[in-house]
Amino acid sequence: MYKYDNYDQAIVDARVEEFRDQVKRRLAGEITEDQFKPLRLMNGLYLQLHAYMLRVAIPYGTLDSRQMRMLAHIARKYDRDYGHFTTRQNIQYNWIKLEECADLLAELASVEMHAIQTSGNCIRNISSDQYAGAAADEVADPRPWAELLRQWSTFHPEFSYLPRKFKIAVIAADEDRAAMRLHDIGIQLVNRDGKLGAAFYVGGGMGRTPMIAPLIKDYVPIEDFLSYTEACLRVYNRYGRRDNIYKARIKILVHEIGADEYRSQVEEEFAHVKTLGIDPPAAELERIAAYFAPPPFESGLSDDVDRSDPDFAVWLDQNVKPHKQAGYAIVNISLKPIGGIPGDASSAQIDVMADLAEKYSFDELRVTHAQNIVLPHVAKRDLYAVWQALNAAELANANLDLISDIIACPGLDYCSLANARSIPIAQKIAKRFADPARQRDLGELKLKISGCINACGHHHAGHIGILGVDRKGVENYQLTLGGSGAEDVSIGKITGPGFDEDGIVDAVERATDKYKELREPGERFVDTYRRVGMEPFKEAIYG
Amino acid sequence: MVEHHAAEGEEPAVTLDAFLDQSNATAVRLEPDDDARALIPYLDRLALIEIAFPKFRDGRGYSSARILREAGYTGELRAQGDVLVDQIAFMKRCGFDSFSPEAPLNQADVEAALSRYDHVYQGAADAAVPVWKLRHG
Amino acid sequence: MKLLTGNDLASGAVTWWTGNGWSIHVEDAVDVGESGDAILHAEEGARRVNAPYIIEAISTPEGPRPAHIKDRVRALGPTVRPDLTLKPADPDVGAWVI
Repeated sequence: MYKYDNYDQAIVDARVEEFRDQVKRRLAGEITEDQFKPLRLMNGLYLQLHAYMLRVAIPYGTLDSRQMRMLAHIARKYDRDYGHFTTRQNIQYNWIKLEECADLLAELASVEMHAIQTSGNCIRNISSDQYAGAAADEVADPRPWAELLRQWSTFHPEFSYLPRKFKIAVIAADEDRAAMRLHDIGIQLVNRDGKLGAAFYVGGGMGRTPMIAPLIKDYVPIEDFLSYTEACLRVYNRYGRRDNIYKARIKILVHEIGADEYRSQVEEEFAHVKTLGIDPPAAELERIAAYFAPPPFESGLSDDVDRSDPDFAVWLDQNVKPHKQAGYAIVNISLKPIGGIPGDASSAQIDVMADLAEKYSFDELRVTHAQNIVLPHVAKRDLYAVWQALNAAELANANLDLISDIIACPGLDYCSLANARSIPIAQKIAKRFADPARQRDLGELKLKISGCINACGHHHAGHIGILGVDRKGVENYQLTLGGSGAEDVSIGKITGPGFDEDGIVDAVERATDKYKELREPGERFVDTYRRVGMEPFKEAIYG
Repeated sequence: MVEHHAAEGEEPAVTLDAFLDQSNATAVRLEPDDDARALIPYLDRLALIEIAFPKFRDGRGYSSARILREAGYTGELRAQGDVLVDQIAFMKRCGFDSFSPEAPLNQADVEAALSRYDHVYQGAADAAVPVWKLRHG
Repeated sequence: MKLLTGNDLASGAVTWWTGNGWSIHVEDAVDVGESGDAILHAEEGARRVNAPYIIEAISTPEGPRPAHIKDRVRALGPTVRPDLTLKPADPDVGAWVI
């Protein structure tokens, strides 16, 4: 994975000192909260329900054991001994003190980490496919380009005061494991006549008005990648709405002027930007790509795995995915124990995962947008040892992509924007469906919960989605069906009136019972829903 | 990047509409929703383009500035309005060479802001060499 | 009753106006009546509180109970981590919030 050179390190170090100075000025009263707020947001520091919350960037979800151990150390030293992995592949700490934040950032900088642009109206963390470099279906590892975008977007002087936040995802396979179409810009690396290029989808997003990004350009030659992105951003910065924060995302601009008009404005700007020479030379891409070369895999390793331990076999079948290299596998670590808090990990658990990565996965881990962790390169002969260690640390729940593998935002227990608690709902649902055999029988069922309309839990993209609302001061939960963030992207549809916190669990159960009643062989929940439509489910749910 | 202090008898910048109606002004003021490219045919006649930042969160002026420099404008480019010291470095990179803040800025803070970062990642309208160029010569 | 609440600038801790200072315990909060805005501006200006605002609450034998669930979560802590609330040993913590 990428390693900083002197320039990268100098930039991050300078940022820490800049932020230290900004904090000092705030504490001394030289700047007001109104003036300080955008500055601290651009450094990922929110004022939340309980304290300051810091969102640390994990660029394209990739980190090594040294960085993971630092995250555990931060949790112990500056927080309450745990961290929360997010739907954008970052980590959040909920109990940070402003007066300690600069020191925390200095410690992060010592392991090439930061919190730059994880909030604010700027370009956020570039997300990517958690199986990059390990999956057989990618045309190339997308992460060198994610790293190129990270550098280009960091302290971009023209795009630091955008109308609203800006999220970019980069993938390189037809299977979309990063919800690419639901980003402000989604990029898919493609081959055309043997030459690498990028397809650009612009104008996707969730939140109040979910939209699927339309295809704006099906092939941008890879050497024009950054110029084209710059053109997309400049059109947005100039013409995105500034009058209403709920209409300020690029999806609204693309929707209001139309994809064709947006495309033509971008083309005009691109023709101009191309003359400015902002694209780095191929040598820079090669320099970065060298860091993402495949690890030194052993050849001739066996693909056989001893399945005699039945618990191990269940986990193997559910959480372990094929690797492009013979004898290796991709391990998914579930951060969704039954009754636990989705995406949370204690400092001890984080250390366990760091150790496993170092010992068994060429020192690399990934964070997924489903709030789980991946060990991308595990030799099959080591799977049993890995599972035993995970099991001892309560990280071996064999529920990847099953109904208890819930994506949930922090909700009203943590977030000042929330209208309802989301975590207790996730816990109740997981407990209702705790039986592993029942879960496997239901099969792939992506359930996502958001505690407010900002949709950080991605509920619009859930096969089953739950949205918490405030109904006359009481928490109420709406149910949606039929969303998907994968390549079969779709926005979920609301079933009808909402439920209280027990009613929503019953409603989910009635929906899954109806699925089992109607399904045809090979159909997932979402497939059955798409075939039969909302009516049968609505009847079952509301009686 | 210097702070501008209004001088006596200084010609006020005219609005874009007024400028396009009459051609002898040498100072123009662009609001956030004005199209900077409307000035491209007239750049060699302009000594000053003032770009308004009514609210520092409204970043349209950064694009306007870069567009003007990219089009070859060599006169004074001034950021006026809700300009805080934390935006000064970005403004300089986008081609501004003066600023006229509503609330006075501490000179030492301005100098600190301008010298904070030795390196930049991307090319913009200033002379700073992006890191990728330093890496590969 | 009306309570004045906010966060401590340096630590971020949730705080409540007690009449002559700030406490992290909502039980210490007083009714600011009609003078809330004046106190708010004075305290914020002096940086003794950050992001302050005034909320409705009802008076109960255990002390003030904020009217909105969001402020009850602020008062005590996350319902899903009782060990991280201000009353880790209290089994009824969640019920008070909800």
